[in-house]
Amino acid sequence: MTKLNSKIPKGNLADKWTNYKSHQNLVNPPNKPKLDIIVVGTGLAGASAAASLGAMGFKVKIFCISDSPRRAHSIAAQGGINASKNYPNDGDSVYRLFYDTIKGGDYRAREANVYRLAEVSGSIIDQCVAQGVPFARDYSGLLDNRSFGGAQVSRTFYARGQTGQQLLLGAYGALSHQIKLGNVKLYNRSEMLDLVLVEGKARGIISRNVVTGELEKHFGHAVVIATGGYGNVYFLSTNAMNSNSSAAWQIYKKGAFFANPSYVQIHPTCIPVHGDYQSKLTLMSESLRNDGRIWVPKNKEDAEKIRKKQLKANDIKEEERDYFLERRYPAFGNLVPRDVASRAAKERCDAGFGVGNTGLAVYLDFAAAIKRLGKDVIEERYGNLFQMYEKIVDENPYENPMMIYPAVHYTMGGVWVDYELQTTIEGLFCAGEANFSDHGANRLGASALMQGLSDGYFVLPYTIQNYLSKEIKVPRMSTDLPEFNKTLEEVKGRLNKLMSISGNKSVDYFHKKLGHIMWEYVGMGRTKEGLSKAVELIRELKKDYWSDLRVPGDMNGVNTELEKATRVADFIELGELIALDALQRNESCGGHFREEYQTPEGEALRNDNDFMFVGAWEYKGEDQMPELHKEPLNYEAIEVKQRDYK
Amino acid sequence: MDLTLEIWRQENPKAKGKFETYKVQNISPDCSFLEMLDILNESLIDKVQLPINFDHDCREGICGMCSLYINGRPHGPDNEVTTCQLHMRKFKDGDTITIEPWRSKAFPIIKDLMINRNAFDQIIQAGGYISVTTGGVPDANSIPINRNDAELAMDASACIGCGACVSACKNASAMLFVAAKVSQFALLPQGKIEAKDRVKAMVAKMDELGFGNCSNTFACEAECPKKISVSNIARMNREFLCANIS
Ligand SMILES: Cc1cc2nc3c(=O)[nH]c(=O)nc-3n(C[C@H](O)[C@H](O)[C@H](O)COP(=O)(O)OP(=O)(O)OC[C@H]3O[C@@H](n4cnc5c(N)ncnc54)[C@H](O)[C@@H]3O)c2cc1C
Ligand code: FES
Repeated sequence: MTKLNSKIPKGNLADKWTNYKSHQNLVNPPNKPKLDIIVVGTGLAGASAAASLGAMGFKVKIFCISDSPRRAHSIAAQGGINASKNYPNDGDSVYRLFYDTIKGGDYRAREANVYRLAEVSGSIIDQCVAQGVPFARDYSGLLDNRSFGGAQVSRTFYARGQTGQQLLLGAYGALSHQIKLGNVKLYNRSEMLDLVLVEGKARGIISRNVVTGELEKHFGHAVVIATGGYGNVYFLSTNAMNSNSSAAWQIYKKGAFFANPSYVQIHPTCIPVHGDYQSKLTLMSESLRNDGRIWVPKNKEDAEKIRKKQLKANDIKEEERDYFLERRYPAFGNLVPRDVASRAAKERCDAGFGVGNTGLAVYLDFAAAIKRLGKDVIEERYGNLFQMYEKIVDENPYENPMMIYPAVHYTMGGVWVDYELQTTIEGLFCAGEANFSDHGANRLGASALMQGLSDGYFVLPYTIQNYLSKEIKVPRMSTDLPEFNKTLEEVKGRLNKLMSISGNKSVDYFHKKLGHIMWEYVGMGRTKEGLSKAVELIRELKKDYWSDLRVPGDMNGVNTELEKATRVADFIELGELIALDALQRNESCGGHFREEYQTPEGEALRNDNDFMFVGAWEYKGEDQMPELHKEPLNYEAIEVKQRDYK
Repeated sequence: MDLTLEIWRQENPKAKGKFETYKVQNISPDCSFLEMLDILNESLIDKVQLPINFDHDCREGICGMCSLYINGRPHGPDNEVTTCQLHMRKFKDGDTITIEPWRSKAFPIIKDLMINRNAFDQIIQAGGYISVTTGGVPDANSIPINRNDAELAMDASACIGCGACVSACKNASAMLFVAAKVSQFALLPQGKIEAKDRVKAMVAKMDELGFGNCSNTFACEAECPKKISVSNIARMNREFLCANIS
């Protein structure tokens, strides 16, 4: 039987969160400063959680890898953040945002969590505006909205093409305020390497100061993991270079279940790969699909000539172009959800209609929008994105259509959490992209920022109290307890082991190899054979890694190769779990597309009878098969249908 | 392209650093500057040598982590880009390229090209925020803001905190960085309430941390990858004056 208790409150969907808050246990003000909370990560989720908890009076310690909390990966988010404010009066509501998110997630997310997310979405915008986040405004001085994929209303708030930056700076400001007040202590350039359990509860972490190389022990009555997603398992992704899954993976090995790892989002609009020296892929925000039209040539011969540089995009006449999204999905057109758009692009390229020198690209064309709105308007809306494109590709997107191709972008899967965002380890919470909670099998654009801030500002500050209220009698523990020392020794042992392999290949060599396996067999189109092969290849790669890795230098002081080595060791193991999860899920849903399971039109074919569950994996020991636990999903407020964007 | 690189190597904050010469070959012009350094580092690891340490994260010009002083210019020869957005097509085959860290008393070197910019965080902690806490705030649209002011605030808030302004300034002044934050809030009604205390606290912190004075040569604006305008400095000076008069 399943060990999972999602703790969804009773009552009507719309009343659950209010009821929860009315009946949960709280910590009274004099007790709050006696309780320590560790927050790992300063992205939107971590920074907003730490700032809110600090302001409430808890003593918070926050950790990040970079030199400043403001540099977390969230800073790179471009397009916007959703909220069901219905300011444009186009029919939005909490229910509609909830519905779109569940449908967009292909009916694989938990109803109660998603409803709560939609419910608090408006407060997020209020909070950010109060912090001075300069969202785009119209001439009346009120907030402006744009549209994103998977929605028929305009509910996306934005700050030019730098929404993540502005939201993160807002949260970073709030965090800085609490640091100044002494409620939060910052540990920058510090990487969490393991979790400390005392009598089965999360009580602290072991971190490494990446400047001095020193290992440190930290106590907390509760620990919050907000370390972001695991897209970098694929080596090439739109994630920042330091984005990693090690904190999530280490807590998995300590007993936190890992849910739906195979739900990986491949974003349709990224700059195509251009060389094997490439270190990352750059996203071109989804907001571009508001005004850009996606196409490839109708004729294969034209596509071939373009690939050979005998023809240019602008040589192809209007009637010779195939606007394949508009053709296949007239109702949503270029604004279909990401998984649908990505697969459609791959389908065209696989069929020989791709452009660019590799044939792995499609056009994103602004000519019509420029004609309709003028270059100024397009520049105002997307100027920085166009500039970014030009700097990278050396081509002017106002004159020639952009070339784009899907790339790994976001991970819906993550650490399993209950309604309170608590993992299967008591006292251990997980927020933001690191958890699995709200996006089902596919995330809609502009919903990650919403979720991260919802978790951090409005959910955790409540739910964590329900746990901490039982801990008020627990005094601060000494980090000289045997549990802390033992975990520290384990970490030291792991680092020593990596250093002492003294093989011949660099970390990046293995990481790239892993990336190739993942993209080839665990990417946009998956098959039983391919996935089985991937598992085999990854296991071999793991052996090679632990026998042929070379980490130069030593453990003292700065050693970025050692940092990468611990992360890639974990990526390899997580890669295998992604493949195993994809293998057990004999259906297609959202970002998980099994070629064996598709409709005659090539759409994802779910199997609700057998797979309407959250798949949560339990670690069973080194090289042992993990155990799958199933949390059934029940839909009460929504009628489950095949997704239809036609 | 084949290139010669003169790179600053320094073991730790206290060690004496020096330039070392490296060669890289067959670099594609489409390669980014940091990818070129990746290639060099891979070759060093192959030879069981220590790779060159430099800071980076997003590699798309927004996190502000990368910070190289290339051929005498912060973020190198291209305009309006960070180091990570610089591409090798901006150089010529056979070039010699000099690569150093930002140099300023307030940004001590950690190792090789990595520097410590905690001073910027400390300036923000001194008052670079609106001190609302979570919850209990008014509806977002109850605070209409003149669109022009909102746009100017956004221009100022586009600062990525990389420190190129300090590195470009002969006095190692942090005026542009501080002014951008002060301006963003001075332009918004939400920020006006604490405006006076904010500017005083931030300026005092900046001085305390050892940044130099502004002598209006505006190298900061010229080298800023986000084109933060020096008009923000004028706005801050006005704010500062007002705060100290009243
Ligand atoms: C290019 C791009 C554009 C995007 N645009 C949008 C958008 O327009 N709208 C939208 O809704 N979403 C967007 N997303 C997704 C969204 O940005 C992310 O999902 C979200 O910001 C993740 O926030 P987070 O707080 O969970 O984690 P992150 O921002 O990834 O933060 C992770 C933090 O954890 C720290 N950390 C990690 N491991 C450790 C460790 N072991 N020890 C200590 N610290 C650690 C890091 O230093 C960092 O501070 C975009 C993503 C990308 C890549
Ligand atoms: S690495 Fe982020 S700005 Fe250069």
